[in-house]
Amino acid sequence: MSTIDVCVVACAELFRGDGEIVASPMGLVPQLGAKLARSTFEPDLLLSDGEATLLTADGVAEGWLPYRAVFDVVAHGRRHVVMGANQLDRYGNQNISCIGPHATPKRQLLGVRGAPGNTINHRTSYWVPKHSPRVFVPAVDMISGVGRDRGGHVYRVVTNLCVLDFGGPSHAMRVVSLHPGVTLDEVVEQTGFPLHAEDPPVTRSPSEEELALIAKLDPTGARNA
Amino acid sequence: MRDKRMTAEEVVSTLSDGMTIGIGGWGSRRKPMALVRAILRSSLKDLTVVSYGGPDLGLLCAAGKVRTAVFGFVTLDSIPYDPYFRKARESGAITVREWDEGMFQTGLRAAAHRLPFLPMRAGLGSDVVTYDPTLKTIRSPYEDGAELLAVPALHLDAALVHLNRADRHGNARYLGPDPYFDDLFCLAATKRYVSCESIMDTAELAAAGPPQTLLLNRMMVDGVVETPRGAHFTSCAGDYGRDEAFQKEYASADWESFVDKYLSGDEATYQKAVA
Repeated sequence: MSTIDVCVVACAELFRGDGEIVASPMGLVPQLGAKLARSTFEPDLLLSDGEATLLTADGVAEGWLPYRAVFDVVAHGRRHVVMGANQLDRYGNQNISCIGPHATPKRQLLGVRGAPGNTINHRTSYWVPKHSPRVFVPAVDMISGVGRDRGGHVYRVVTNLCVLDFGGPSHAMRVVSLHPGVTLDEVVEQTGFPLHAEDPPVTRSPSEEELALIAKLDPTGARNA
Repeated sequence: MRDKRMTAEEVVSTLSDGMTIGIGGWGSRRKPMALVRAILRSSLKDLTVVSYGGPDLGLLCAAGKVRTAVFGFVTLDSIPYDPYFRKARESGAITVREWDEGMFQTGLRAAAHRLPFLPMRAGLGSDVVTYDPTLKTIRSPYEDGAELLAVPALHLDAALVHLNRADRHGNARYLGPDPYFDDLFCLAATKRYVSCESIMDTAELAAAGPPQTLLLNRMMVDGVVETPRGAHFTSCAGDYGRDEAFQKEYASADWESFVDKYLSGDEATYQKAVA
């Protein structure tokens, strides 16, 4: 068992209870998580091929979801997206647009993409592969995804160290669980704002069945790269 | 029926400095690159470009054609960031209106429907409204009283889109899985131009697929340009994929030498150089 497989399972757990909705995981680890969830405890999830086709677990094209239809689903709300984040603050405001002043950024990134629409309309989680004070900042430079203090439907954050939610005072970020071998001090040190924590448990490890499924979903081990 | 065939140069000759140009496709997918290259060869400047941004916006920025970019993202898909858009932003060479990607559809639809705005939730609470102070909210007149973003109509002086097949009258079909928003770009624009991989008779076009992938009809189009491999190096699903090797070269090249090597001649010269 590796930390990355714990992260895949933690991403799968994001979708627990979601039922028959469109799961939109961005990035390999969230994608593996969503597929793992569908193969185990959330069989009704819908997943696209990353283009415009909804595929069943067996790879059968069960539906058409071009970008125009994605926007309909976003506004409709029956969707859970897992996005990346260049910056996140304690209420889950996320930045993927630019670093520095907006008029002349120090570093131009992707742009806000669908983050404003996603977060204001439906459940949103984040995957942060490298938990650091560069990502977890006191204030983000350009609010792309809307945090809990501004009406955003932010659910959880999975990182390489822990799982976080917004169950702290005034919906501030709280440590839900620490990955095996990770200490709370380590997480606090890698976070650029005070974190709420009430003796968090250890993130659950993958079962034998889950490890076998992950290996089948990612036979080349690309998740370890 | 009118014959609307034109050359890329004829299309560009109808455009003028300072215009707002909408460019179809999405990221590095089915972009009207031959038309973009024709703009690069022209003296056009100070353009406002509205785009689900890919290398179209990167190239136009690199060539100094852009005054304002209206964008939600600029990406090469397989390469996260476009280096020339990035440089234009970081040097302050262009101004921007940065919108949520869903707001584009709403703004184009408002223009297409001849409405001043359409309401939606996207943008509320985010810094999209901070940095585009032209955006305003509106209160629902019904019992709910909800506050919504009033996305203003995105009027385009011209729309440039690339589809797989067209007839000479402006009916056009896509062959890939996603129509993107090319029909909305055309409906939101005063001048509407489609480039395509090949022009065929209407009957042949009709036989090339089901009616629902005939995305554009001739009421929506003023000019048709036949530009084989005209979306290169972006993908044109149904005809060819993205030229990843060339895109890598674009993303890592020095601009002056890239221009020398590929953009100093006409479209035929370009196609020969990249073949």
